[in-house]
Parts: sequence; C-alpha cells; structure tokens
Amino acid sequence: MKYYTYFPGCSASHGGAKAYDLSARAVAKAPDVDLIELDDWNCCGSTPYTAVDELASLCSSGRNLALAEKRGFDMVTPCSACYVILNRTNSSLKEYPELKAKVDEALAAGGLEYRGTVKVRHLLDVFVNDVGYDEITSKVQNSLTGLKVAPYYGCQIVRPGPGFDHPEFPQSLDRLVESLGAEAIPFPLKARCCGGSLIISEEDIALGLINKLLDSASSNGAECIATVCPLCQTNLDAYQSRVNKKFKTSFNLPVLFFTQLMGVAFGIESQALGLEKCIVSAEKVLAGCLNR
Amino acid sequence: MKTKVLNGKNLAQEISALPGGEGINLCIQCGTCSASCPNANRMEHAPRELIALARAGMYDEILSSNSMWFCLSCYLCTVRCPRGIKITDMMHALDRVATRRQLSNARTQTPTMYKSFSDFVYSIGSIPEVGFMTWFYLLSNPLRALKMMPVALSLLKHGRLPVKARRLKPEAERQRRAILDKAEELEGIL
Amino acid sequence: MEPRIGVYICHCGSNIAGTVAVEEVAQFASGLDSVVVARDYKYMCSDPGQNLIKDDIKELGLNRVVVASCSPRMHEPTFRRACEDAGLNAYLFEMANIREHCSWVTEDKQAATEKAKALVSAAVRRIYYQEPLETREVPVNSNVLVLGGGIAGIQAALEIADSEHQVYLVERDSSIGGHMAQFDKTFPTLDCSACILTPKMTTVGQHQYIQLMTYSELEEVSGYVGNFQAKIRMKAKYVDQEKCTGCGRCQELCPISVPSEFDQGLGKRKAIYIPFPYAVPNKAVIDAESCSHLKGLKEGKDVCRLCEKGIEKKGIAGCEAGAIDFSQEDKIVEVEIGSIIIATGFQQFDPSVIYEYGYGHYDNVLTGLQFERLSNASGPTSGEILLTDGRTPESVAIIHCVGSRDQNYHEYCSRVCCMYSLKYSHLIREKIPNAQIYQLYIDLRCFGKGYEEFYNRLQKEGVNFVRGRAAEVTGVAETPEEKGKLVVLCEDTLISRQRRIPVDMVILSCGLEPRADAGEVARLVKISQSADGFFLEKHPKLDPVATATDGVFVTGCCQGPKDIPDTVAQASAAAARVLAMISKGKVEVEAITSVIDEKLCSGCKICKDLCPYGAISFDEEKKVCSVNEALCKGCGTCVAACPSGAITGRHFTTQQLLAEVEGVLV
Repeated sequence: MKYYTYFPGCSASHGGAKAYDLSARAVAKAPDVDLIELDDWNCCGSTPYTAVDELASLCSSGRNLALAEKRGFDMVTPCSACYVILNRTNSSLKEYPELKAKVDEALAAGGLEYRGTVKVRHLLDVFVNDVGYDEITSKVQNSLTGLKVAPYYGCQIVRPGPGFDHPEFPQSLDRLVESLGAEAIPFPLKARCCGGSLIISEEDIALGLINKLLDSASSNGAECIATVCPLCQTNLDAYQSRVNKKFKTSFNLPVLFFTQLMGVAFGIESQALGLEKCIVSAEKVLAGCLNR
Repeated sequence: MKTKVLNGKNLAQEISALPGGEGINLCIQCGTCSASCPNANRMEHAPRELIALARAGMYDEILSSNSMWFCLSCYLCTVRCPRGIKITDMMHALDRVATRRQLSNARTQTPTMYKSFSDFVYSIGSIPEVGFMTWFYLLSNPLRALKMMPVALSLLKHGRLPVKARRLKPEAERQRRAILDKAEELEGIL
Repeated sequence: MEPRIGVYICHCGSNIAGTVAVEEVAQFASGLDSVVVARDYKYMCSDPGQNLIKDDIKELGLNRVVVASCSPRMHEPTFRRACEDAGLNAYLFEMANIREHCSWVTEDKQAATEKAKALVSAAVRRIYYQEPLETREVPVNSNVLVLGGGIAGIQAALEIADSEHQVYLVERDSSIGGHMAQFDKTFPTLDCSACILTPKMTTVGQHQYIQLMTYSELEEVSGYVGNFQAKIRMKAKYVDQEKCTGCGRCQELCPISVPSEFDQGLGKRKAIYIPFPYAVPNKAVIDAESCSHLKGLKEGKDVCRLCEKGIEKKGIAGCEAGAIDFSQEDKIVEVEIGSIIIATGFQQFDPSVIYEYGYGHYDNVLTGLQFERLSNASGPTSGEILLTDGRTPESVAIIHCVGSRDQNYHEYCSRVCCMYSLKYSHLIREKIPNAQIYQLYIDLRCFGKGYEEFYNRLQKEGVNFVRGRAAEVTGVAETPEEKGKLVVLCEDTLISRQRRIPVDMVILSCGLEPRADAGEVARLVKISQSADGFFLEKHPKLDPVATATDGVFVTGCCQGPKDIPDTVAQASAAAARVLAMISKGKVEVEAITSVIDEKLCSGCKICKDLCPYGAISFDEEKKVCSVNEALCKGCGTCVAACPSGAITGRHFTTQQLLAEVEGVLV
C-alpha cells in the first residue's frame, strides 16, 4: 500500500474539473495507491495570488504544507498549477531566509510550523514512477489498442523544474498512454502553453494558443487528447467551440484527463470517471476503440 | 498592507532586491526569453526589453505597461535563459510592484482578474468558480458576461458549474485567517 | 645559539596599511621575546625593503627573520633569496600573512590590527624553533614526454627536438594532427588548415629526435621532476608499420564500414583504415572493435581476412607488402624522461542535449566540426556543401554560443566560435554565391590580429547579422514559405521583434569542452583541473604553462579554449620552460619533506598507503618505512597518521606548530 497526502486543488475538488478528482480516486484503488485527502486544505497559493501578494501566497501555501508535514507522507496533487506553486513555496523558503522568517511568524500565529520536509509530487509522477508502467499494464482490462492519443503535458508539470521529466521533451505521459495499449502520437507542442488563466481576461490570446494546440494534435492524427491539468482541460475542452467559431475550424477532439483514460482501460464504468462531464463528448471515440 | 515601496531612484537595484528579481543584473540581453515567449508579440515590451528598460531606469514606462500581465507563467524563458534568471518570477514581482503603485495598465483586465481571484483566496480560502467569474465580470465588464453565456451554459449542462462554495470547518477557517491576517500585518517584501 | 629575530611589517602601499595599523604592530613586535629589531616599511619586497633585511642581518647579527606582509605564495621566494644573499639559511625565515588572511578580508581596522599582532606573535614564537635546512639538487633527464599529437603537441615536440633532445610524442589516434587536421580553412587568413599543418606533421614523422608513438596511450607515470618514468601502451595495430606502404588497397578490400570519427559521422571508414590522406604516419591500422576477423577470433572463428588474402576468385591480391599481422599484441614501452608536456586538446560540445535545437532529430542540423568536414575537399562530399538529400542549400543559419555562455551547460565563452562562425559564412558564400546566410549572435568577439578586419570583410559579403540568440529550431511550419525548411526562432533584439527565419541548413557553433577523460589524465600525471574541467595552470597570468606539479606542463586547448595562434605560442612557451630546465641540467627540490625515525617506526605501513605521492617505501629487511625525499611534497599526511609518532615533518615540527598556536592565543 502506498500512502500519500492528497491535495486535489479547488478546480478538481469542487470546480469544473470534478471529473479529474473522481477518476483519480477511482484508478488509484487498483494499484494500491491510497490518496488520503488533506483535511481542511485551503487554496494552494496560486499564481494569480503570487502576482498580487507574495507573502500571503506563501503563507496560504505554507499552511497546507505544514498540515501535511504532520502526516509525514509525500504530498500529491493532480493539478499542475497547484504542483508548480507548492514546489515554488518549498524552494522559496529554502532560498530566501528573510521570507521564511516572515512565513514562520505568520504560520505561528495559526499555531503551525513548517520545517520544509514535504515533497510535493504530481499524480502523473506517482503513477509513472511509484507504480510503474508494468504494474499499470497488468491492471488493464480493456486495452485501448489503436486509440491515437495526443499526450498533452502543458507547462507547469515539467517547468521550471528540475522535475521528474524533461522540461521541453517529456515522455512519461507518452509511455503511460502506451502502457494502456493506446498509441501516443508525436505531438510537437505537447509541452506548450494553453493560455492558462488568461482565457478569462484575454480570451483572444488564449484562443489563439488553444487553436495551435488543437491543430497540431489533429494534424498529427490524434483522436483524443490526454491532459494532466484542470485548466488545460477546461481550455481545450470547454472553449473548443469558441475556437471553432473564431478560426472557422471544425475541431471535435475529446479532451480527457489521463486518469479517465486509465479508468476506461482498467474497465471502470464511465459514470465513476465523470466521462459525461466532457463538453466535447468522448463517447464515440472510446466506444470505437473498445470495439476494435 | 504595509510594504516596502520602491521609489524608482535606482530601479534595477531595487528590483534586484526583490525575491525573483536578482537576475536583472545578470542579463546579457541575448533575447532567448523574448524569442521563447508565446505572448511576446502582444506585450508592449517583451521580457528582454523590459529588463533593458529597467536598467535604464524607465520606471513609469515599465510599471504602466501591459507586459508582465501578459505573462502566461509557462516558464519556457526560465528554463532556457543562459544566465539562469528566473524571468517568470521577475514578472510576478513586477506585477506586485505595479499593483502597489496602482500603475496597473487599463489596457488589460488581467490585474482585475488576479485581484478578484486573490480576494477569494483571502476571504474564503478557495475559489468558487462561478462566484469568482461573476465577481470578475462585475468589476471589469459586465457586458462580457453575456458573451460568455454559451460557455457557461455548456459547463452548467455538463455539471461543471457548482454554485455552492467550499467552506472550511470553523476552526480551520479561524486558523487560516489568523495566518493570513498576520501576513498582512508583517511588512511584505512584495 | 640565542635567536636574534628581526621583524618587518610591510605596508604594501595601502593594501595592508589601509586597514592594519602597521606602526602599532611593529611597536608590539619589538616588545616580543628575542626580537632584536622591528621595523615597518612601505614595500618590503622592493630593493630598498630587501636591503633593510640584509643590512640588519649583517649589522645586527640577526639569525632569524620574520616578514609580515602578503601570502608566502607571492613573495616567500623573494625574501628567502634576500636572506640567503646575506648569508642566512632560507629556512630561518618565516612569513606572517597579514594581507590575504587579514587586511583583505575585513574592513574592521581594530580587528585587523589585533589579528595582525596575533599572526606576528605566532610567527615569532614559531621561528624560535626553526632549524636551517638544505635543499637538494637533482639532475634533470633531458628526455621529454609530449602527450597529445595535435598542433600544440606537434609544436612543442618540434621545438624541443630541434634543440637535439629526445622527445617521445604519444598520440591516441593512429595519426597525429588532432582537430586542426579536420578543419577546412583557418581564420582570419583563410589558410588551408592541412596545408599549414602537414609540413609540421611530416617533419615530426621524420625527425631524428622524435620517437612518434601513435595509437598509444599513457598508462602510468611515476617519479618526480627531472626524473619521471612513464609506461606507454602501444596498442596493437595489426599492421606491420615497417612493411606498410600506405597504398590503401586494404581499405578498398575491407567489407566492414563504420561511421568515420574523422568525418564526424558524416562519412564512413573501413575497419582497416588510414584516417585521412595526409595522415602521419601514413600507415593503416585495424580497429579491433569493428574488424570481423578479430571479433571472430574471440569465438574461435576464422573469418574474412580479405585485406590480407585479397579476393582469389577475382584475382585481386591482398596486401602486397604482406603487412597484415593479426598476431600483434599491445606493447608496453617504458621511458625515462625529465619533464612532461600535456597537450591533449579539447572535444566539441555535443548539442544533442539541447533538445530545442533539433540536433539529432532534424536532418541538416550540423555541428561546427561536421561543417568543416563538409566544406573540406578531403571530406565525405569532396568539399561540396550539400543537404542530406543531395541538394545545395539556398539558405543557412549559423547559431552562436551553443553550449557556451550558458549556465545550463558551460558558463564560459569558448573564444573561437565567433571567428569560426564568421569563417563559415565566408566558405558558404564562396561556394554558394547566392545563398542567404544568417549569423545569430549575442556578441561578436573578434579580438585577435586581423579578426575585426575579417568581420568587416564578411559584412561586405552581404551576410545577414541578427543580434539574437536562437531560442529554437523547428521543423513545424506555420506558413507555406516555411514548409520543408528548418525554422529558426529568435528575437532580433536590435528591433525588438520575434523572428522566424526559414533556412535549409543550420550550423550550431558548438563550444569547446575538456575531453571526457581529462580527469583520468589529471590523475595520471597528478595535476588539477579548474572548475570548468580544463587543466589548472600554476597562475593564470604569471605562469600559464606550468602546473602545481613541478616538471609537468600544460599547453593548448586542454588548458582552456583558444585559437591556433595562441595554441602555438603556448606550445612554444611550454617548450621553452622545458628547455630551460634541461639547459640548467639540475633542479632544486624543496627541503620541506618528512623523515621517519627508524627507531620509533613499528612497520605498520599506514603512512605508505596514505601517501598521495607514493613517496614512502617499506624496507622488507629492516621492517621499517622510509621516505624518498625527492618524491615527498611535505604534505604532512604521514606525520599526522603515524600512530607511533615516528615521523617528523621538517619545518613543520610539533614544537614549531604548537609554538605558533600559542602565539595566536596568547
């Protein structure tokens, strides 16, 4: 049994990426990965908060880390944005003693202390490195043979690092997709930006980036896209129709969380994976693949 | 909140004293960052130029530009910089300085968006997506909310727009507020 | 005899006096036990300063001298000589470092003055117990070992050999010439590299005083300055070098083709090969790892041997000189030499680690050396600049600073890449007059004689200079014009705009890095490497060819990236140092060595195993250890380790050291 302190993040836990949380918990069972949710966690600190008030962001982040430290397990999060910020907190506290002193003081006001020992990991890292490809393949009931998947990493899971995969040419998700029996298509933009939170304030820019990603994936033969981040998934999925409208394209690419793909391959029923939550429906593509 | 305020007298030095800003003196102006940035074309000053302006002391020009607000935090510049400068972190530092000086650029709504986001992080400790979006549109441009209706509706239809916000248990909430209030009291280093 | 100590406090201009109150320290010193005189002076190392010491020795009968000034590494030899000149043994002199250890590390004047006093007191107490010691002279063997047969090694070997002293030139490859043999033309004169190199190579090959050992490796070095012993492994070539005429027929017969190292993987060579037409020696060797016969022998099979036997059926004879000899074995040669010159050169940075530049996964992305081979008339395309599909490129981008000036790979600048990048522009322009050539640079470093003029000439040849470091090379087209091209992404910093430059060929101006086995070579000859991995010179400004190990010199790119003019100059410098040693015929060996008291030695041999210089040997009959004073460097490891306290470190005795400590504490 492998134990982890689970930090779902706002989007996966109670927001637009609920399917991510559902499917993550569902597929963690088979390879004995115990995701124990951190009680009463608060926002990870978040990039927007860092851009407004760094000390507050570090303290918000620090509270989660201090609580997790009490448990002693690695902290794992499915959300790339939470992942990058929590790691940033760990390195900032090591690198800037003046900041650490203030964070310590603030945490103390809440009766907490953080000694900097929690390792923050992404869910993909845990499946790929702690569970391993062979073990994952052994749990596959419905091989996704012939399914062409574009493995989309986005930015914050591989950068700034140093992390568990190459910052510009990562391979872990590709291998994971292959271990499920599917085909990982070559995808040159696999670690490029989806626009992130700028989809809200500068929609045009983000739509341009999303368009490039969808175009690259589909012109390389993708039937669907696998993602590792709630924001990427929302941008590529919920805004696909707006991309089509703006650029006069006709993309119809389902965008799944990698845990949803794992779940389908493991034979878990689709309701438990939140597949119906995909705006661009994955039903046909998945059915087609499973019937081959 | 009480903060150390930059007075722009020696901008490069002041920025280099901020966490994340140390790199400003190391830059050799090679342009790798600007070349790698997916948004450089939309920035008034791409990252390299921003650093050059800072070293030339062009205080108002930098802080009132839209440049750092257009940073996507994709970190491509950071991994490629041959001087190992943490450019993304520097952009965030400039965001903070601009907010403090209220020189936020009116030509983009990103500062407002970040502020709305942060208001929720501070007040309830998590982001209720509906509440956050509503708050943001009210602050920036209510008419845009109408344009976003189709997306919102499709999300709602697929059960991805929860209306209830997540709340912490009272004791945890008290602890969280105590920490953040203390942070507010301490002099921020920006 | 009662010690009569003279103490001299140096101002060193304002270096010391600006922080330490020198008069106060002199005053303090004059009150110490056995101190006869204490003076302070502006520049002790100057002639008048030294004369102060000499005069006082004569007139006041001083028999101990302490100078409180800079680091002993700076001026210990100076003051020791002054003492000797006045008739005082050099080892009755001691320095207190009140500059690097005191005035240069603090701005606190009071603290600095107190520390200076403590250091002076320590030196005075120590010197009380010092004894006169005699340095030894050892003869210098006039033979020289030069490791590396590139231009640096060749130049050094020639200069020494021309002075009629024996040189052993050891080269790992089957021919000398090094990287310079691979180049096409050299900057800024555009001399053909082979044309200026081969005369020297030929002279080396025929020189009476040079024993050329190619296809050989240095295995072991022992000894000390003036008296080294080296073991060299001459690898089996499987071709009798006396009989081989260099006709090349074996190459034609051999059925095994492997990528050619000389052509940087762009061309092929056979398992039996002469690396290039102007190789010296111009003889074939067989590469045991590719030869199917030699590999088959390991499994007891007897296959091929076409080079030897020819193809009978077709009436084609094998080697007519009968030079093929599969029975050869590696030979170990032992030589005795007085000095060693390390000239092992550099290797090119491998850009496949920079994923975003596309080397290794896009065609037509080349390294600098690969382009040299492409452009060279003796290269795989006979000097035609071609794409992998045989077309002539219409546009070429040359990217500077690949692997250099980059915290992620090498922080240093590789010095030659700007110039060779410019050179490539010219070579391309010469062969493809209408080509669009782009230079993507951060700075243009054209520092040498004729270099800026060369840049000027390139500007007149219509090369596009783009000031911006390339961020990426991609094959993913965004517009119809980019289809089928390599697109280079950069910011043109002079106009502050992103640019996408579509080209047919990309040349990566890769930096120079230390060879992968530099660490092993360093261990063999007992020299150090600097932080960047190149060999460490004794002093970067004042002693750039010597190393901390007496008798071992470094020259050429193995010490740091440099161009051919600087390499040749440095090689001459190393040769001059060696010739100076040989000319003097003897060398002084430092007297600070350790000595073992046989009566106390228990024969445990702990010291022998610990000695980093192999200076201690065990006498089987007497069952005690003894120190070879010529090898001993006086490091003190054995002194500290000896459980019987049988070893004394001369000039660092326990009594002296404890007195020094007392001086600091009291």
